[in-house]
Amino acid sequence: MAEITLEDIIKPENRVYVKTELMTDNVLSYCPGCGHGTAHRIVMEVIEELGMEENTIGVAPVGCSVLAYEFMNIDMQQAAHGRAPAVATAIKRVWPNKIVFTYQGDGDLAAIGTNETIHACNRGENIVIIFINNGIYGMTGGQMAPTTIPGMISSTSPYGRDVKTMGNPLKITELVAQLPGTHFVTRHAVHTPRFVRRAKKAIKMAFENQRDGKPGVSFVEIVSNCNSGWKMTPNDSNKWMEENMFPFFPLGDIKVDGKLI
Amino acid sequence: MSELKLMKGNEALAEAAIRAGADAYFGYPITPQSEVIEYLMAEKPFERTGMVVLQAESEIAAINMVYGAAGAGKKVMTSSSSPGVSLKLEGISYIAGAELPCVYANVVRGGPGLGTIQPSQADYFQSTKGGGHGDYRQIVLAPASVQEMSDFVRDGFDLAFKYRIPVLILSDGVIGQMMEKVKLFEPIPRLTEEEIKEKYPWATTGKKHGTERRIITSLYLDSNEMEQHNIKLQKKYKEISEKEVRFELIDCEDAEYVFVAYGSSARIAQKAVRLARAKGLKVGLFRLITLFPFPTKQIQEMCSKGMKGFLAVEMSAGQMVEDVHLAVKGCAKVEHYGRYGGIVHTPEEVLEAMEQKIIGG
Repeated sequence: MAEITLEDIIKPENRVYVKTELMTDNVLSYCPGCGHGTAHRIVMEVIEELGMEENTIGVAPVGCSVLAYEFMNIDMQQAAHGRAPAVATAIKRVWPNKIVFTYQGDGDLAAIGTNETIHACNRGENIVIIFINNGIYGMTGGQMAPTTIPGMISSTSPYGRDVKTMGNPLKITELVAQLPGTHFVTRHAVHTPRFVRRAKKAIKMAFENQRDGKPGVSFVEIVSNCNSGWKMTPNDSNKWMEENMFPFFPLGDIKVDGKLI
Repeated sequence: MSELKLMKGNEALAEAAIRAGADAYFGYPITPQSEVIEYLMAEKPFERTGMVVLQAESEIAAINMVYGAAGAGKKVMTSSSSPGVSLKLEGISYIAGAELPCVYANVVRGGPGLGTIQPSQADYFQSTKGGGHGDYRQIVLAPASVQEMSDFVRDGFDLAFKYRIPVLILSDGVIGQMMEKVKLFEPIPRLTEEEIKEKYPWATTGKKHGTERRIITSLYLDSNEMEQHNIKLQKKYKEISEKEVRFELIDCEDAEYVFVAYGSSARIAQKAVRLARAKGLKVGLFRLITLFPFPTKQIQEMCSKGMKGFLAVEMSAGQMVEDVHLAVKGCAKVEHYGRYGGIVHTPEEVLEAMEQKIIGG
């Protein structure tokens, strides 16, 4: 009997998983254990599955995912810090036949860019916003974010966030859900396969909403970890996220088809 | 078709945007330029040509909307006045860094801070020396009439797309608010999707399967790449400096002394030239049209032909005069005259300054 070689095994029909062509082969700049890579992948898988590759323009933020355009293999623009919703507003307004989305972290979307986020959502721009919330400024080295939860340690709240002096964390997803211009607002996670599948389903619905001309923003928050910024191992950070972040940022749909749940 | 109309400078600018085939205008109200967006909203170009007009939530959002639309290959414009332009400068730096074409107007008012709503030319440094962060330049056109408020929108878009650079129309409260007759240029049709894809292959219009993706960014984390990008930008600015200088000479053939001025100060200085000639003084006017590129060579040539003195007239404490100094290099007398903080000088004041500081000085 002839020996079975690697070439015999690696055949298209034997593959159980294929990386989407809409992710480049560039080595991810994210820390091992970070949720960004998974979030990137499922966004790109959705665009591929919906046949939107040739029609989609993405907007990258400032923050850890500033280099999203190195990994997302579609036309991309990199926006100034916090301004992605304004950039996306314009792209969609001048190209109403294209699909436009932003991919933003919590510092970008909920601190410096709060104004652009709220007004794009309130105007009801027909765009998708993917919001990665890891409760910290990852890129600059773990400073307090607008979403750092009470008592949480960061490099600018080294004794824990004291809401009396540092203010309260901002639940911007609940906030934008109140605005008449949002159509679909939902919160997910990507730390286990079960949650990845749910998040992907939500992202797919968000892009379908835009494709089908459902009026308004489709807003998908992904609560994620930052094992480096939180100074934990990847596994510990996911456990900490489940025990501390999820109670504060409960997962699930907040608004569907323009109606609050 | 071209037609003759009586219009405010700000209205002419707005009408010119529609006629230039602009795809979008994103703005935010501020005195003394609010007529731009008011005119556009009343005129409804979205029905006339399909042009998008949107009132943004801030000047910051407006300029970042310009970034997005420009990056998507569209002809896009915004306008503001001094404090609002300060807010836009981060966006302008990004637009310059990402090499995107756009036109924006600053109808300058007095500063610093909230200042006054009266006219000023105190944003010269901001306009010509950068303003935002980083080693960038922008083309600066200085209209001196309502006619030029219209014409420079069309010319500005041509330059912006030729060099992929932001073009600033540096107006002021006088030119923006005054009414004059203006001959409107023939409307230029907006480009179709196919034309945009063919003319601007760098624009993000959706990546065809199997082709390279387009990326609009100003980020170069590798400092060697960042330096190369800067070298490329500087090469472009040098080319612009050599090819795109624009100016106008008035009564300079036999002049021994000249005013150097732009915008409404040039109009005032032009009147002062007439007053000087009536007194038998050989005075002319060098009117700057492009502030960047600055006509350094042309001013130097005047010096070498024996011009005795230059009076820089500007509604500021003396900004443009520094570039005149750099051009003259000590070969002739250079002085500055200007009222500022919202006060507009008179032709008589300007002539008196010429007589005292340059001719008699």
